[in-house]
Amino acid sequence: MNLGPHADFIVAAYALTVFVIAALIAWVVLDHSAQRRILGDLEERGVTRRSQRSGS
Amino acid sequence: MPVIDLANPTRFLTLVNRVLPWLALATLVLFAIGLYRAMGAPDDYQQGATVKIMFLHVPAAWLGMMGWGIMGLAALGTLVWRHPLADVAGKAAAPIGAAFTFICLITGSLWGRPTWGTYWVWDARLTSVLVLFLLYLGVLALYWTAEDPGRGSRAAAVLTLVGAVNLPIIKFSVDWWNTLHQPSSILRMGGSAIDPSILTPLLIMAAAFTLLFFTLHLAAMRNEILRRRVRAMRLMQAQEVPA
Repeated sequence: MNLGPHADFIVAAYALTVFVIAALIAWVVLDHSAQRRILGDLEERGVTRRSQRSGS
Repeated sequence: MPVIDLANPTRFLTLVNRVLPWLALATLVLFAIGLYRAMGAPDDYQQGATVKIMFLHVPAAWLGMMGWGIMGLAALGTLVWRHPLADVAGKAAAPIGAAFTFICLITGSLWGRPTWGTYWVWDARLTSVLVLFLLYLGVLALYWTAEDPGRGSRAAAVLTLVGAVNLPIIKFSVDWWNTLHQPSSILRMGGSAIDPSILTPLLIMAAAFTLLFFTLHLAAMRNEILRRRVRAMRLMQAQEVPA
């Protein structure tokens, strides 16, 4: 595939897009594991939400 | 499951956990097809191979605006019905919409240099998209820095509704003012002005980007619901500590 005389601009646009999307995916995945870990810690210590108490 | 049941965060989480892997898979498949078709698309007779930047720039521009549209609907849900899931949806959409608007601005700039001879001009389309990006940053600042999350959410919802005025300005800026940016060539009266050999991969890429947006949005909403549970549990824990 020949990208012509402006290949640098095309490659830079695709590279930046991949970087931003990868950062978004990493943010979502890392945030999810962090929240799950904190919730697990709190539940291990016996902390419950009000709705869980009224339901039990 | 009736639609109204999804307003319950626990049921919503169950649905998200079930749907998310399939949505992610569909996104991957569409991106594979879209990129294959985009790389095989012919060069433009005037712009040459730089037209390939369009396959990123145009979907990112659409999603930057769609993100604010979703936040606008969520803001109504927050302010009128005070539904917590609406606030979750608005807060989760903001960073994703900001990221796509950022991609739109940078890829547009990289496309502009070889085709217009400049990275940036203060014309109505470019400036109104920059304003959208700044509005996103403002909403994020309100969400992330407010000491009381409820007040921050309401302030962000008000700013979102005010900022929605910018959406028609972005869309019609190329018709209302003389701009260096080209007029609409896809969504316009009389049909698209783009040849099918370029339009088809563009639409596939747009569909892939849209699925990516919804995949990330649902995942971010799930995270936000978990974050609020953590906050509620910490408050309960703090109340139980004897004085």
